[in-house]
Amino acid sequence: MRLIKNVGAWFEARLQLATPIRETMEHPVPPQSASWAYVFGSAALTVFGLQLVTGILLALLYVPSAGEAWNSLQILNHQVTLGWFIRALHGWGSNFMVAIVLIHMVQVFLLGAYKFPRELTWIIGILLLLLTLGMAFTGQVLRFDQDAYWGLGIGASISSRIPVLGPWIVKLLLGGPIIAGATLSRFFALHVFVIPGSLILFVGLHLLLVLKLGINEWPMPGRVVRRATYLQEYHEQLHRDSIPFVPAAIGKDLIFSGAILLAIAACALLFGPFGPGGQPDPTIIQTAPRPDYFFLWLYAVLSLLPPSLETPVLLIGPGIALAVLVGLPFFSGEGEKSWKRRPIAVLAILLVAVSLGTFTHLAGRAPWSPVMDAWSGDPIPANYLKAHTAVQRQGALVFQAKQCHNCHVVGGSGGERGPALDAVAVHLTHDQLVRQVIQGGGNMPAYGKNLNPAETTALVAFLETLCPVGQAPARDASRDAIEANQ
Amino acid sequence: MTRRGVLMKFGILLNGAAGLVLAVPIVRYLLSPVLRESKPGYESWLSLGSVALYPAGQTRLATFQNPGRGPTDGVTADIPCWVRNVDNVKFQVFAINCAHLGCPVRWFPQSGLFLCPCHGGAYYSDGSRASGPPERGLFEYRYKLEQGNLLIEAGEMPTAGAPSASLINISEGKSPCA
Repeated sequence: MRLIKNVGAWFEARLQLATPIRETMEHPVPPQSASWAYVFGSAALTVFGLQLVTGILLALLYVPSAGEAWNSLQILNHQVTLGWFIRALHGWGSNFMVAIVLIHMVQVFLLGAYKFPRELTWIIGILLLLLTLGMAFTGQVLRFDQDAYWGLGIGASISSRIPVLGPWIVKLLLGGPIIAGATLSRFFALHVFVIPGSLILFVGLHLLLVLKLGINEWPMPGRVVRRATYLQEYHEQLHRDSIPFVPAAIGKDLIFSGAILLAIAACALLFGPFGPGGQPDPTIIQTAPRPDYFFLWLYAVLSLLPPSLETPVLLIGPGIALAVLVGLPFFSGEGEKSWKRRPIAVLAILLVAVSLGTFTHLAGRAPWSPVMDAWSGDPIPANYLKAHTAVQRQGALVFQAKQCHNCHVVGGSGGERGPALDAVAVHLTHDQLVRQVIQGGGNMPAYGKNLNPAETTALVAFLETLCPVGQAPARDASRDAIEANQ
Repeated sequence: MTRRGVLMKFGILLNGAAGLVLAVPIVRYLLSPVLRESKPGYESWLSLGSVALYPAGQTRLATFQNPGRGPTDGVTADIPCWVRNVDNVKFQVFAINCAHLGCPVRWFPQSGLFLCPCHGGAYYSDGSRASGPPERGLFEYRYKLEQGNLLIEAGEMPTAGAPSASLINISEGKSPCA
């Protein structure tokens, strides 16, 4: 015991760290700030630590070479003892980290913690969010499978739309003119050196600012932030009533962080590692690339934007979003902190959450994509063909053979790219059906070149039978008038 | 000014100069994927094999090797493309990459369409835009026929901003009813 004390004293005489460490640990915080709402920052830090450790463990075996990466992941999954578990921890850790960082951001926004004097803490926080998303994207690339390969293609295609510099940026991103060995190597350098290094640096600054400026007090409706008086009020409040961070306030942080680590471990154990999917062989084109969940909303947005709006939104949108986030503490640096007095802030969060949730949900179903094999798997139900003429049945055959099923639901199966056709005859007259099939339009390709007149006649004859019992088929009013006059 | 002050200023100047001397090669190294372009360029003529592999009136998947392939490329060195033999004289060679965001388009002979699995882009058999998010038709490689072989000029991933993409005539393909 004495020996330990002596060794400790020997180090302390040289390092002289005991006092600053104790002061940091015991820095005073407002008692109400020791709240369950304030545990997300420390949880993000904990998960970042887990990512560093599991990342280094994976780097022991991962081979950052386009020719070998996929095989080395297979070895990690199937041959190395618990390699699958370390991969699963790292993958689930990344999902949790993105989620926790976002929740932390929402909490800071709703509790007004970004206001004076904590503007810089907020701005560095935005940078940390961007770096976290950068880790997520580059990490998905290192899981070098089909999704990674085509995801890189999507990244390159988006970058290429930047005016003037686009082609340069694509080549810098890919390390050459095409996705190849150099591409994976540079994403490895980004994921393992550049971004984590920046994260460590800015997390350090973020924490330093929290210590220097003090943790945000629990917002009370009516207690208004003013630049002239805030600092004095905050310190007076601390002077009147405060508790040391350790041991009085850290308890909830520790419990939440521990619970998160256990949750990650449980997910890793139950659901296993992510992929890798198919080999990153570009000649295997039977694939439907999808991003990881945190970019699914973007995937949906890119499908649903009108084509002419897409490039402007892609190029200007991120700039506006960033400007709003960075500008926030400057144009709303004073005033009420409590979310109970900030209805617009609450509505803004709800709007963003509902939008992102809706887009993510849509991306899971991807109704804009034709179902590539619907034509072979799902025949037209027999009751759609009963008591039909030969021409109408021939039309049903054309419907199958020309893969109309890929985009259209009939009888409960088929793609959702176009409208369901179960009641198409109620909406479109004979002439309109012919026109729609031949000329397309409304996001439907024209089939005029691909159907001979007999096929078109048969197909339209079949479509005209798609009229539910009890509903009148669409009719051409002008034709009725002509017939009445005759 | 003291002697120490002069020494410090000289020291800062010397380190600044050293920084510049090192920065030039570092920046050039970083920009190498861009700078190399101006010398021989990335594109070269590659064979897709005998014309007999591509029957008239059909569209077939072909594969070529990236002309700039390196030892670590693995399977990524093989690049697919779609070859359409119009009438044994006229060919069209389409990039696999959707003109929207680069996903691999698939040819469906039954409906006569190229369809993209990502965001639902669709193209007619001549590569022109049919529907969906793409703003233009499929990218086409320049081709030539030599001694019964089909050759294309390739090497760069076609993207909306790539110089090679803008060289290709895209007004050719029109919707059948336009």
